[in-house]
Amino acid sequence: MGERSNMPLIEVDNLGVRLNTSRGPAQAVRGVSFTLKRGETLGLVGESGCGKSVTALSLMGLLPDSAGVSGSIRLDSDELVGRSDADYCRLRGNRISMIFQEPMTALNPMHAIGHQVAEPLRRHKKYSAAQARREAIALLDRVGLPDPARRVDAYPHQFSGGQRQRITIAMALACEPDLLIADEPTTALDVTIQGQILDLIADLVEERGMSMILISHDLGVIAENVQRMMVMYGGTVVESGPTDEVFRRMGHPYTQGLFRARPKLGARKGTRLKTIAGTVPELADLPSGCTFSDRCPLVIDQCRAALPPMVDVGPRHFVRCIRTDVSMAERVGALSA
Amino acid sequence: MSVFVLRRVLTLLATLVGASLIIFLVLDALPGNAAQMLMGADASADAVRALTVKLGLDQPLAVRYLQWIRGLLSGDLGNSYVYGTPVASLIAERLVLTIPLAIMAMTITVTLALSAGIYTAANHNKLGDVGVMSLTQVGIALPNFWFAILLVLLFSVRLQWLSAGGFAGWEDGIWPGFKSLLLPAISLAVVQAAILARVTRSAVLEVLREDFVRTARAKGLGKREVLWRHVLRNAMIPVMTVMGLQFANLLAGTIVIENVFYLPGLGRLIFQSIANRDLIVVRNCVMLLAAMVVVVNFVVDVLYAFIDPRIKVHDL
Repeated sequence: MGERSNMPLIEVDNLGVRLNTSRGPAQAVRGVSFTLKRGETLGLVGESGCGKSVTALSLMGLLPDSAGVSGSIRLDSDELVGRSDADYCRLRGNRISMIFQEPMTALNPMHAIGHQVAEPLRRHKKYSAAQARREAIALLDRVGLPDPARRVDAYPHQFSGGQRQRITIAMALACEPDLLIADEPTTALDVTIQGQILDLIADLVEERGMSMILISHDLGVIAENVQRMMVMYGGTVVESGPTDEVFRRMGHPYTQGLFRARPKLGARKGTRLKTIAGTVPELADLPSGCTFSDRCPLVIDQCRAALPPMVDVGPRHFVRCIRTDVSMAERVGALSA
Repeated sequence: MSVFVLRRVLTLLATLVGASLIIFLVLDALPGNAAQMLMGADASADAVRALTVKLGLDQPLAVRYLQWIRGLLSGDLGNSYVYGTPVASLIAERLVLTIPLAIMAMTITVTLALSAGIYTAANHNKLGDVGVMSLTQVGIALPNFWFAILLVLLFSVRLQWLSAGGFAGWEDGIWPGFKSLLLPAISLAVVQAAILARVTRSAVLEVLREDFVRTARAKGLGKREVLWRHVLRNAMIPVMTVMGLQFANLLAGTIVIENVFYLPGLGRLIFQSIANRDLIVVRNCVMLLAAMVVVVNFVVDVLYAFIDPRIKVHDL
């Protein structure tokens, strides 16, 4: 392990995804690159439609058949782009697992939960039915489902949303994957449950030495749960860096806008929430040049000419903006607020 | 027996009582005298009155209804006005043909429809899907008696594999009887299968869009495994509902198809009895058909609960 732990687990290089949407082909993701070591955690932030889920699904090989993937995704130096579905099936649920946003519909209503948790074990580890069932009970116990031995044969509709998300977590962890992708795992849950589920995921990631990619539109969730973060907009990464670096000093006008738009406790009554002007562009007709140019307060003609390069603004901290001199003149971040 | 089943049984009984009332009222209480119709317009008034008394038609409506129901429960359905033989044995003779015919037609329908529906959903928008769906469109548009004649032309007249009509009976074993029911069963099944295939396809496609399908894929299951293990059971609820409804269509279809193929089945008995004004036979046959449809739909309701774990809890 010693030597391997320094090798990147996941290397994504210049990933591009073309989707066929109802409005014609669209470049949902372009030029996304990152690496992730074992045990590292990475957050993807952005509004819906920014390409964060598409990036995650391309790692899982779960994009629709009509999607075109370019660039490279390597898992332990093995290229995944262009693999057959059968090859991918051996990885999914085994070495890469995913937790989805909507626990109410992510489980099959017709199958007992124990059966659903046992399914990856039966498939990847070739466990016997009895072995898989014992292991499923142990997993359900670990994720904090009360009385798992008795409830293993119950059906999804007999559980609450938070309990169902615990069940999907047990399912994702069954085969001890190297990488866990959590796509908005708490968005659909009650606020009181959100913290519990995030803590559970964090504990499990640490306990099993997994890497994690956490997807969220919520900067607060990202700030507390990942070591590094990438902010996505219009299918491109607009800012990336260690989480505390980015929060100390945000560089991209979009990241700053997201940060200013969060509701604040203790704000005076009648204070309006700050918003980012305009709406998220359709992926089918992104502006040329910087994807954020149509909504950016600092936009100049040069922004629309070409996609800006990533600019190095601090230790491992990059911003895709040509106006960082202006945007970073005023400090925006958790430490300045 | 669970509360769910008990409640369904009560609904079933209530439906049967309702059906018997409607059938009785429509056939016996409407203006027009069965005795008059049987004897013709130029019969003497005395003769008509004598026949009216003989048939028990002079009794009050409620008494006649209760007599009929008592007869139904004890198996004594009275005698046919035309043949003079017991209606019960008349129907029993015909059921030997019609029940196997209905079972064969339903089996063919379900086999064709499920394989076509699942195949097209799995190959959504590909050539096979478009091809099979166009075929079902044609299937829906076909009148079954016309399709039956085409089948006869091909398999009986040209190829001479099967007889063009008549029923060989079950006395010489299953095979001759089966052969004589094959073309009628296919004719009955084709239209139903076309409809059911389209229902199956859209049900499967709908389930394929569900989140839990993606979860199953994320576990490492291949597309085919997801289809068989996770999708089909969920898609079966709407498919079974339509199957139950189609059974009624199928029974109605036997009236036409048994006439096309000269099969002495229940459908033909109804047809002939209506032509002969043999109202006592018509009434009991229609009641039997209604009962068959209601019972099949009861079975479908109970099967829902076996397939979908959510139903029992909701209805308890």
